[in-house]
Amino acid sequence: MDNIRNFCIIAHIDHGKSTLADRLLEKTATITMRELQAQTLDDMDLERERGITIKSHAIQMKYMHEGIPHILNLIDTPGHVDFSYEVSRSIAACEGALLIVDAAQGIQAQTISNLYLALEHDLEIIPVLNKIDLPSAMPEEVKDQIVDLIGCNREDILSASGKTGEGIAEILEAIVQRIPAPVGDPSAPLQALVFDSVFDSYRGIFAYYKVINGEIKKGEKVKFVNTGKEYFADEVGVLKLKKEARDSVKTGDVGYIISGIKSAKEVKVGDTLTTVANPCKEAIQGFEVVKPMVFAGIYPVDTEEYEELREAMEKLQLNDASLTFEPESSAALGFGFRCGFLGMLHMEIIQERLEREFDMTVITTVPNVSYYAYLNKTPDVPILINNPSDLPEVTILNKVEEPYIKAQIITKSDYVGSIMNLCIEKRGELLNQIYLTTDRVELVFHMPLAEIVFDFYDKLKTISRGYASFDYHPIGYKESKLVKMDLLLNGDQVDALSALIHKDKAYDLGKRICLKLRELIPRQQFEIAIQAAIGAKIIARENVKALRKDVTAKCYGGDISRKRKLLEKQKKGKKRMRQIGNVEVPQNAFMAVLKLDD
Amino acid sequence: MAGIYIHIPFCKQACSYCDFHFSTNLKNRSRIIESIIQEMIMRQNYLEEEPIETIYFGGGTPSLLTKKELDVVLNQVYKTFPIAKEVEVCLEANPDDLNKQKLIDLNDLEINRLSIGVQSFHNEDLIFMNRAHNSDEAKTCIKTAQDVGFKNISIDLIFGSQTTSNQMWEENLNVFFSLDIPHLSSYSLTLEEKTKLDYLIKTGKANKLDEDKNFQQYLILQDSIDNNGFEQYELSNYCKNQAISKHNTSYWSHVKYLGLGPSAHSFNLKERQWNVSNNSLYIKGIAENNLAFEKELLSERDRYHDYLITRLRTKWGILYKDLETLFSKQLIEHFKNKSNLINPELVKKESSGIKIPRQHLFQSDEVIRSLWLD
Repeated sequence: MDNIRNFCIIAHIDHGKSTLADRLLEKTATITMRELQAQTLDDMDLERERGITIKSHAIQMKYMHEGIPHILNLIDTPGHVDFSYEVSRSIAACEGALLIVDAAQGIQAQTISNLYLALEHDLEIIPVLNKIDLPSAMPEEVKDQIVDLIGCNREDILSASGKTGEGIAEILEAIVQRIPAPVGDPSAPLQALVFDSVFDSYRGIFAYYKVINGEIKKGEKVKFVNTGKEYFADEVGVLKLKKEARDSVKTGDVGYIISGIKSAKEVKVGDTLTTVANPCKEAIQGFEVVKPMVFAGIYPVDTEEYEELREAMEKLQLNDASLTFEPESSAALGFGFRCGFLGMLHMEIIQERLEREFDMTVITTVPNVSYYAYLNKTPDVPILINNPSDLPEVTILNKVEEPYIKAQIITKSDYVGSIMNLCIEKRGELLNQIYLTTDRVELVFHMPLAEIVFDFYDKLKTISRGYASFDYHPIGYKESKLVKMDLLLNGDQVDALSALIHKDKAYDLGKRICLKLRELIPRQQFEIAIQAAIGAKIIARENVKALRKDVTAKCYGGDISRKRKLLEKQKKGKKRMRQIGNVEVPQNAFMAVLKLDD
Repeated sequence: MAGIYIHIPFCKQACSYCDFHFSTNLKNRSRIIESIIQEMIMRQNYLEEEPIETIYFGGGTPSLLTKKELDVVLNQVYKTFPIAKEVEVCLEANPDDLNKQKLIDLNDLEINRLSIGVQSFHNEDLIFMNRAHNSDEAKTCIKTAQDVGFKNISIDLIFGSQTTSNQMWEENLNVFFSLDIPHLSSYSLTLEEKTKLDYLIKTGKANKLDEDKNFQQYLILQDSIDNNGFEQYELSNYCKNQAISKHNTSYWSHVKYLGLGPSAHSFNLKERQWNVSNNSLYIKGIAENNLAFEKELLSERDRYHDYLITRLRTKWGILYKDLETLFSKQLIEHFKNKSNLINPELVKKESSGIKIPRQHLFQSDEVIRSLWLD
């Protein structure tokens, strides 16, 4: 146990976490160059393309320090605000953390919030200045930021380049020397913290854990304390590049268990694993059931693909327990599912995985948050509303509450004014403004989560030219003046386009949504009226003029093939549209509200 | 019956809207003509001895060729293929090439139909389209052609251009009808990728095409042909006294055709093929006795789709007797089911078949797509 080091890496997206991790693996000969090319810590294609780790993983390295073999467990953490609970559980499994900061970009909001999480868990922080090879690197200034932030000594900051490999040896030394070995009682009953799980279609769920006390043995009957479920430990082992089975995994070490668990739902991140024969007295602190924050309807474009969509969703849920879904039906879209996501990125990932991995063409409706509605006759009983269409009639409605968040934005001082305007426009309330350095400012707001779900990220990015980082945490519900805005196409209400919005912004938003839909709905054989309404009152209207020309005039020189191919393409495009009443609506129109400024 | 198309891939200058294959570099001219003659010999069996009813010089600008050059090509056609008695020999020409001597030469060559690329009688339009002629040249060359003895004359007129107001369009049509020629090809200006027009619009130097104006001008055209005794026999083609373009009509009539020259398309009822759209590669291929072309074998689905594409452009439409000879029972069943679902305004059903009434030809792609297989 004295020779084990468990650590994670805290870094902002694109600050070079994956590359640096690859270098550590390479240096410790955990992975060869050839394997490195074929495999990185990010397994899914999508992760590699987006350059972020969606699901955390862990890997064990062997490192010789002064002639003594040490075990270094790197616990990889997801790098996006949507997955902050998972990050916190990964952090809880470590004794130390590498704080990686891009020498050109400096500290970002996400780095800070994850750093605070690490400090809360008393992790030893090893600050690493990465990408020092970049011409735009400002090592001295960024070092100042780091010293200010964590109060370390300037000389404690390591310099590295994941690209050139510089500084990797020093990082490995610092991990052994500075990070404390895990403490635990090898003779106590088993107590292991589950920090992740991965689905394998042949063997079911692999649960990843760190043994806090005792040891986990193959063949024992084990129990997850919070879910109360019991399983046989069919196989336990450690996480090398490939999983290596062992007879047992001992105190302080990180490992996996295979126990015939079929679905990710059965394993809750943060749960405690113990034995049935000799259970630990207490569960590990900090367990939460992760609740979805953002909801949207997902419908097949082709109504006949409903069952296929259900199967695809079920398969996705096997390895993504944070995805929730239940059947719903929409007058406009037919049968589909109301899905719950951790955040907007999570939603996009699910949509993309459905298209890529399952070849499903789906319509995702306008996302919304969970509201609480209270009725006049029962003003104390909250009714959970996950779909704007379910909001009770105004006449019987007492009040509505919506979720608020604490948002943390770090930016350059140049952009403070415009970011404040954006946040105020988004119903935010400024709580705090801290100058981290002379030109870096941290802004803290309270604002409704629903505003983040709309076009907040894109706007923040544009306003700050990319120099703003953002993080948030839910802080509870507050009463709000919300109204349900409906959209009508040729007089027919399209329930999938309804949204709950703040009363004061209804006219403006209604106008903009109608304009956006006019742009997205192609001209058809007849004129289409697009209207926004609150109750019976029409607040905005736009028209899509009737299609006049749907023909390729030129078809000469005998080139029929080209025309055929063109029509085939058009016909395919039509398949991605959904017929609502007599109007054909393209897939992307349902998300129109999110892209009002494009 | 069968047709021969000969592509002359040269132009003096590039029209802003045109995406047909051509080069403004004329140095390969004689080698192209030699190669076309060579290609004719290489492919003399393509049409399987069907008599040739139409010969069509397209481009590009065939009127750039000299009398001698045209003579050599035509002679080779006559030597190589069986020719029907009443053969239509048509040549596309630009007004700026058509002086009196040229017209006399063409007449001597027994070219019996001229298709003149007038496009507009307004200089404003012609400049915007980057045409090489002006309005007066256009009017003059038509009169001279008639004086020389050409009766079967067609002109092209484009509507819907950014520079063309509805009034200008009416004026164009009035000039046309005053010239007493029997055929008009009138195209709605279509934006093609990688043309100068596309560039101008993308860079904000020209307005986007106005679909509503385009349609208005189509309706103006419809009215004026009615008032002048013309009939529309295809989406973009109008004639009086049955002076249809036999060659173009063959494209819409399931007839074989052989296309010679770079980018030319051929069809033998089973396959479609097209030569490489590059003068040098074309010449090289011929020189190596290895024609550079692409080919597609038509499935029944393709043939069905092509039949709909071509026939629904015309006043003749889909004929049930054609369907029965060309396609399987299932496909005919599919056609019948789909045609029952179509908006009845858009199609006209008759006992012999269905067609698109001409006021809806501008929306014909919608009808075609919905009759297609899924």
